[in-house]
Amino acid sequence: MALKTEEMVLNMGPQHPSTHGVLRLELQLDGEIIIDVVPHIGYLHRCFEKHCEAMTYPQVIPYTDRMDYLASMYNEFGYAVAMERLLKIEVPERVEYIRVIMGELQRIASHLVALGTYGADIGAFTPFLFCFRDRERILHLFEITCGARLLYNYIWIGGLSHDLHPDFIRLTKEFIKDFRPNLKELNDLLSFNQIFIERTANVGVLPLETAINYGVSGPNLRGSGFKWDLRKDDPYSVYNKFDYDIPIGTGEKGKVGDCWDRYFVRVKEMEESLKIVEQAIDTIPDGDVTSAIPKRIKPPEGQIYTRVENPRGELGYFIISDGSLNPARVKVRAPSFVTMQVFSELCKGWMVADVVAILGSVDIVLGEIDR
Amino acid sequence: MKTAEEIFNKLKEKFGSSIIELKTDKPLEPFILVNRLEVDKICLFLRDERDLLFDSLMNLSGVDDANGEKIKDETGLETINGGTLSVYYHLESTNLRHKLTLKTSTEREKPEVVTVTEIWKGANWHEREAYDMYGVVFLNHPDLRRILMPYDWEFGYPLRKDYKNPEFYQGMKVPY
Amino acid sequence: MGLLDQEFTEGNIVIAKTEDLFNWARLSSLWQVGFGLACCAIEMMATSASHYDFDRFGVIPRPSPRQSDVIIISGTVTFKMAIRIKRLYEQMPDPKYVISMGSCSNCGGPYWEHGYHVLKGVDRVIPVDVYVPGCPPRPEALLEGLLKLQEKIRHESIVKKSA
Repeated sequence: MALKTEEMVLNMGPQHPSTHGVLRLELQLDGEIIIDVVPHIGYLHRCFEKHCEAMTYPQVIPYTDRMDYLASMYNEFGYAVAMERLLKIEVPERVEYIRVIMGELQRIASHLVALGTYGADIGAFTPFLFCFRDRERILHLFEITCGARLLYNYIWIGGLSHDLHPDFIRLTKEFIKDFRPNLKELNDLLSFNQIFIERTANVGVLPLETAINYGVSGPNLRGSGFKWDLRKDDPYSVYNKFDYDIPIGTGEKGKVGDCWDRYFVRVKEMEESLKIVEQAIDTIPDGDVTSAIPKRIKPPEGQIYTRVENPRGELGYFIISDGSLNPARVKVRAPSFVTMQVFSELCKGWMVADVVAILGSVDIVLGEIDR
Repeated sequence: MKTAEEIFNKLKEKFGSSIIELKTDKPLEPFILVNRLEVDKICLFLRDERDLLFDSLMNLSGVDDANGEKIKDETGLETINGGTLSVYYHLESTNLRHKLTLKTSTEREKPEVVTVTEIWKGANWHEREAYDMYGVVFLNHPDLRRILMPYDWEFGYPLRKDYKNPEFYQGMKVPY
Repeated sequence: MGLLDQEFTEGNIVIAKTEDLFNWARLSSLWQVGFGLACCAIEMMATSASHYDFDRFGVIPRPSPRQSDVIIISGTVTFKMAIRIKRLYEQMPDPKYVISMGSCSNCGGPYWEHGYHVLKGVDRVIPVDVYVPGCPPRPEALLEGLLKLQEKIRHESIVKKSA
C-alpha cells in the first residue's frame, strides 16, 4: 500500500538570517526535496529611476551608489563611463588610473563580503571575521581619499572629486603585501575544507546554454566554464594596459558550474585584482583630476547603452537624453536581477539546506535587484 | 561582425513591411524600428540565423516618450493624452561579437507588444517590470503580474510621466 | 555599572534596589534580531565584526524575533516591507526596544521627495526609542546609539509602564 503524500509550501520570509537581504522565497516541497522555488522581490524598491528623472546629471551619482551598496565605486564608474561616451569628453589619464585602482580595490572588498557571508551561511563563522578584518583595511584606504566608508560620491562625470591622499600609495603597497598570505589562509580555512566541499561540490549546477539564454554574466557565467569578461571583451577605461588573467570554473571538485566553482572563481579573481592594483600603483601618471569636469552638463539628444564589469556581473546603464539638464530615462540593468531568474532552475531537485548554499554562491544584492 | 546597416538590409529583405526604418540621425547608437506585433518572429530569426546569432538579450526597457498632448485639469494635475510608450531591446552575440538595438512603439491608451520570452528566457522578468512600471501588456506572456510594487497596488503605473501619488496606502501616509 | 567593580570582603551579599538590578540585567545583554534591510545593514555587520566589536556590549544576533530584545531597523523601509515589520514587532516579547539606524528609517532619507514606495520614517508604523543619524552611520555612531539606549534603560521603572 503506497503512502499518501502531500506537497507543502514553506516560506523563507523577508526576514531571514541567510537570505542576504529582504528576499522572500516560496518553496514548494515534497518532503525535503524542492519542486519549485518562486522568488518574490520588491521589498527594497526605492524608486531610483523616478529620482533620476527629477535630478540633474551630476546629482544622480549619490543615488547610483546606493543601488549595489557593496560595490559603490563600480556603480559610479559605470555611470561616469556612460555619460562620458554620451558627452564625448576625454578624461586625463591619471583619472583613469585612479578609477581602475579604486574599482579593483572595491572588487576585492565586495568579494570578501560575499565569501565571508557564504561561509557564515554554511556554518563556518570564523572566515566571516577574517574577511571583515581585511575589508576594514580597504575601507580605511577609501576613507582617507574621499571621507566615506561605504557610499562615496567620488567618481564624478569627467573626473574625480578629490585627488589621492599623500599616504595612499604607501598604505596600498602595505596592504598588498599583507593580503597575499591572508588569501592563502582563507583557502586553507574554507576553500579546501572537506565539510565545505561536501556541501557545495556538485550542488546547483548551471549549464552553459541556460546561462547564456537567460543572460547571466560575471563570476556566475565564468564558473560554468565560459571565458567572458567585459574588461577584455568590450574594454572601457585603461584596462587594456594591464596584464591579468580571467579565471574560469574547471570542475575541479565536482561538475563544471557547481557552487564550488562559482565560489572559487571569486577567490581567484581577488588575486587577479591584486595584480592589476600593483601594476597600476607603480605606473600612475601625474596630472589634475578635476580639470575635465564640465560646468553644466547638457548632452545632445540621443540614447546610449554602456556596460561595465561589476563584481556581480554585467552592469548596464541605458540613458536617454532629451537635450535638457535632467535625463529623460535612466534604466539600470542589474546583474543580480537576471541571476535571480535563473535561481529557480538551479534549485529544482535539491533539498532545503541546499537552497542556502546555492543562494550564497550566486551572490545577489537586493539593492540592485529592486533598485 | 556586422554593422547595423548590413543587419537592417538583411532583415528588410526577409520581413519587408514589419521592419519600419533604421534611425541613425540622432548621435550615438543607431536603432531599428520594428512593428510591435511581429517582434517575436524577427527575434527568432535574429537568434537562429547563421551569421547573426544573437544569443543573448542584454536589456529590455520600457520608455515613456511623453509625446502626447499635455492637459491640465482643474486641480493643476497634468495628464498626457495620446502619444506612445516604447520598448527598447538591446541584443548581443557572444560568438560573433556584434550588438544591435531594436525599438517598438505602442499607443499609450492600450499598450500591447508581443512577448519574446520563448526566445530568450531572461526576458520574463524584464517584461514584468515594464508592465509594472508602465502598463505595457505583453501578449502571450506566461505570468504577467507586478514584480516590484505590491501585488495590490491599484494607483497606476509609477514611471509614467503623469503619475500621481495616492494619499494613503493601507493606513500609511504616502507623501512626506 | 559599579556592582561588580567593588570587592566583596564582608561575605557575598549585595544590597540593591530591584529596579536597578533588573535594569542592569536588561541593558547588559540586549539580544538583537538579525534584521538588515539595505546599506546600513552592512555597517551593522561591520559593527559586529572584530574591529568594532558589538559582542563586548552583550549584543548577539538572534535569528528569531521571539528570542530577542532589540530590533535595529537598518535601511530603507518600503511599503511592502512595513507591513511585515509591524508583524515582527508584534512578535517580540516585552520589554522590547527599537533603534532606528540611518537616515532612511529616521525620516525617509534621500528618497523623501519622489519616493512613491518609500515609507518616510519607520516611526509611522512602530514606536522608536533611539534614532541614529547618518547615511550610513559609522560603526562608532551605532555604538553611541546603543549606549544611549542603555542609558534610557538604566532609568526605567518597572512599576510605571513606558509608552
